[in-house]
Amino acid sequence: MNKMQDLTLLASDDTLYTVLDAIEAHLQNSGCPEEIRTEVLISVEEIYVNIAHYAYQGKPGEATVQMEVTQNPKVCKVVLKDRGVPYNPLEKEDPDLDLSAEEREIGGLGIYMVKQYMDRMEYRYEDGYNILTMEKDIPLLESPGIEDIG
Amino acid sequence: MTISETRKDSMIQLDIEGRVDTNTSPELQKHILQAFQKGSTVILNLEQVDYISSSGLRALLIGQKTASSKGGTMKLVHVREAVKKVFTMTGFSKMLTIE
Repeated sequence: MNKMQDLTLLASDDTLYTVLDAIEAHLQNSGCPEEIRTEVLISVEEIYVNIAHYAYQGKPGEATVQMEVTQNPKVCKVVLKDRGVPYNPLEKEDPDLDLSAEEREIGGLGIYMVKQYMDRMEYRYEDGYNILTMEKDIPLLESPGIEDIG
Repeated sequence: MTISETRKDSMIQLDIEGRVDTNTSPELQKHILQAFQKGSTVILNLEQVDYISSSGLRALLIGQKTASSKGGTMKLVHVREAVKKVFTMTGFSKMLTIE
């Protein structure tokens, strides 16, 4: 098991790259292919930014990001925690993908993208924390650890 | 993310490079809207983009809505596989003009 050091930061757009850079470096060190890295990073961005924008209703508040990559089976597990208002993102209704550009509303796609990218997600509210756990299976490469240049 | 702009008659091309994310997509949105003030056809070259989050999609949707309301055209060219996957997943491939 390969665990990243937990990150607890003031949740804001300004700290987004601190989180994404740490996660990317850890995924790279774990031999995770580029496509999977990008999908995990986008998923973390969506949830982290949601916390930054909505969890504390305009007031400052922290978010904690934990990540580990297990080897057998090879899975990336990310946990995001905040102490904001209780909110289960998994209950958010999926957008209607068949609408035209004129009919489409701005926004509402982030959580949907995360649900598509991740293989398993679980939400719980515990001791005042929103805790979202996301798991993505990492396919085994013929040459693990070699950078995917695609 | 960096954006370079070239103009030929009423066509504006924006060459976008890097991540289109929460922090950079307002810049993309601003460039697209400014481009529609200068010309009726806006080409977005996404050859150097392989990361687009929902905020980037929002910028593209606003661009497409602007194109429709002005009777203009917004075209996306050289879209990479990872970004095509996002467009397919979100229904944007049916909504945008992708070449």
